[in-house]
Amino acid sequence: MEKVEEIPKETLLEIYKVMHKIRTYEETLAKWYYEGKTPRFDISAGPIPGELHLSSGQESAAVGVCLHLKPEDAVVGTHRAHHFAIAKGVDLKKMTAEIFGKATGLSGGKGGHMHLFDAYQNFSCSGIVGASFPQAVGVGIAAKLKGEDYVAVAVGGDGAANQGTFHEALNLAAIWKLPVIFVIEDNSWAISVPKDKSTAVSKNSERAAAYGIPGVSVDGTDVIAVYEVAKEAVERARRGEGPSLIEIKVYRLRGHFEGDPQHYRPKEDFELAKQKDPLLNFEKLLLEKGIATEEELNKIKEENVKEVQEAIDFAVNSPYPEPEEALKGVFAGGE
Amino acid sequence: MARKLPMYKAISEAIAQEMERDENVFVMGEDIGAYGGIFGATSGLLEKFGPERVRDTPISESAFIGAALGAASKGMRPIVELMFVDFFGVAMDQIYNHIAKAYYMSGGQLKMPIVITTAIGGGYSDAAQHSQCLYGLFAHVPGLKIVIPSNSYDAKGLMISAIRDDNPVMYFFHKGLMGLGWMPSPPEATVEVPEEPYTVPIGEAKVVREGSDVTIVGVAKTVHEGIWAAEELEKEGISAEVIDLRSLVPLDKKTLLDSVKKTGRLVIADEDYRSYGMSGEIIATVVENGISLEAPPVRVAYPDVPVPYSRVLEKYVLPDKEKIINAVKRVI
Repeated sequence: MEKVEEIPKETLLEIYKVMHKIRTYEETLAKWYYEGKTPRFDISAGPIPGELHLSSGQESAAVGVCLHLKPEDAVVGTHRAHHFAIAKGVDLKKMTAEIFGKATGLSGGKGGHMHLFDAYQNFSCSGIVGASFPQAVGVGIAAKLKGEDYVAVAVGGDGAANQGTFHEALNLAAIWKLPVIFVIEDNSWAISVPKDKSTAVSKNSERAAAYGIPGVSVDGTDVIAVYEVAKEAVERARRGEGPSLIEIKVYRLRGHFEGDPQHYRPKEDFELAKQKDPLLNFEKLLLEKGIATEEELNKIKEENVKEVQEAIDFAVNSPYPEPEEALKGVFAGGE
Repeated sequence: MARKLPMYKAISEAIAQEMERDENVFVMGEDIGAYGGIFGATSGLLEKFGPERVRDTPISESAFIGAALGAASKGMRPIVELMFVDFFGVAMDQIYNHIAKAYYMSGGQLKMPIVITTAIGGGYSDAAQHSQCLYGLFAHVPGLKIVIPSNSYDAKGLMISAIRDDNPVMYFFHKGLMGLGWMPSPPEATVEVPEEPYTVPIGEAKVVREGSDVTIVGVAKTVHEGIWAAEELEKEGISAEVIDLRSLVPLDKKTLLDSVKKTGRLVIADEDYRSYGMSGEIIATVVENGISLEAPPVRVAYPDVPVPYSRVLEKYVLPDKEKIINAVKRVI
């Protein structure tokens, strides 16, 4: 975090604010998720049914990258995408309503937690591992054909980097010099399979060499380091110099999904994840360096808690869609 | 000796017994090792057989499913699991152009004793990319056998048959029948399962409830919905026969046709999409065989929409007991 003093205080506070907002949101959502699911965990019960993949511990990746983006830049996320959605500026109320399956949600309740779409913020995500990479390439093609300077960010986990789509997309983006930033969020786990058992190289950033593009590995427990690396990649893309690959080493604080017993995960890994908490690290840094006072941070925290609560209230109090809506909207231009 | 086992344990027991019997049997897939399979179908196998025969794979489905072909060509009998059927897109070429056709294209030189296992079904708000059934898509391709158990007895017997079969068998298990702690399963899916290995032949349907007024045809979860519907209908004096197809390929036409001849009425309950799929195939089979029905058949299937997330939306489109009862009343 040596560059922290070169960054304006308001930017640093913005970074803190968004990271803290994501954490507050995820932890609040987790509480709601377990409503109706106790004492016996039933995945279909409660106000938030289905799977829920939370991003606690991985906030730095989303914030470090997305703070360089404009609404017209695209982010294509994964099944674990709330942090990128929030950092990209997706409407928190509508997003929450979507997760609660309400009519006021981003997609009227049709998409849900793994399928958040926000056309205004150019945000999308999906439940299919490795699907993001080629889609971001397409955004890059559009930018080039239209002569615009927007960029696309494709997010995938370390598991996704073993999909064919990852390699095909990197090659396409490289030969066509497209404005795409490939982000690998390496949390070391593809559900239960550790990275050292799934990936032949220790750093996915090394794979960039195979496509002749820059590849950087960065410590995600240091949000400023992520911010700096992403800045360079985004600027490079905007200048028309082509794609980059950024590997961000993060730690998954929670299970793959909520309810995941994680019996495959060694105790030390949980401990390590706690020690490597990017939010707490950054908070400590801001205070130690005298960049912000506890009062200032508390004010930000209170605002976040309020905003998250408002989003939850909006979702809880919104109506469910009319059941017949299920049959509508399969094709554009009519039903 | 028989004891009640949930479906996931019946499946893993079948695999374990076949691995003990035949050293050529091995398992590959994501999270099938330490995790024991996301839906438990490979639980306990890693401890018993070690990581050489129970291989956790990277998320590289094209590669590990294609690798099943190569292994089979050298006499191995691979079982490959790909978590959710919704994820198959990335590996389709290996399945429908290669594994399904290798025996035919090679003029019988290459046998493909591969079992591909995957989870199907919704009902718990996992939305459009984690809730499909899609077995119709695979049944459409020549060269793939398709099995879909509805209870733990059939699950074990069909798995053993699938492993011993010299053809590629796609084995679909419905998440809502597996008997997992976190996903409720109808108690009827957890039945007595003999400890010793046994087979349930692939391609034999079962009349799970006899009746005389209407035939209800289903697989997996819709078999149970069909039985519950039949129980309700009985109170109103309607006698419904329920058939569990158990395999889509080969399709047991005889059991189907015998039943429809007897009842003269047909309702198909299918959690896969309505058009161009299983339900249409059943009707075509009946019509092609010249069986005249007392009333046009009715399909209770997923309308042709992606699976919605919101509970109210999903419930509206998911086939269930009530929809089957209504369908039966339309044909009676």
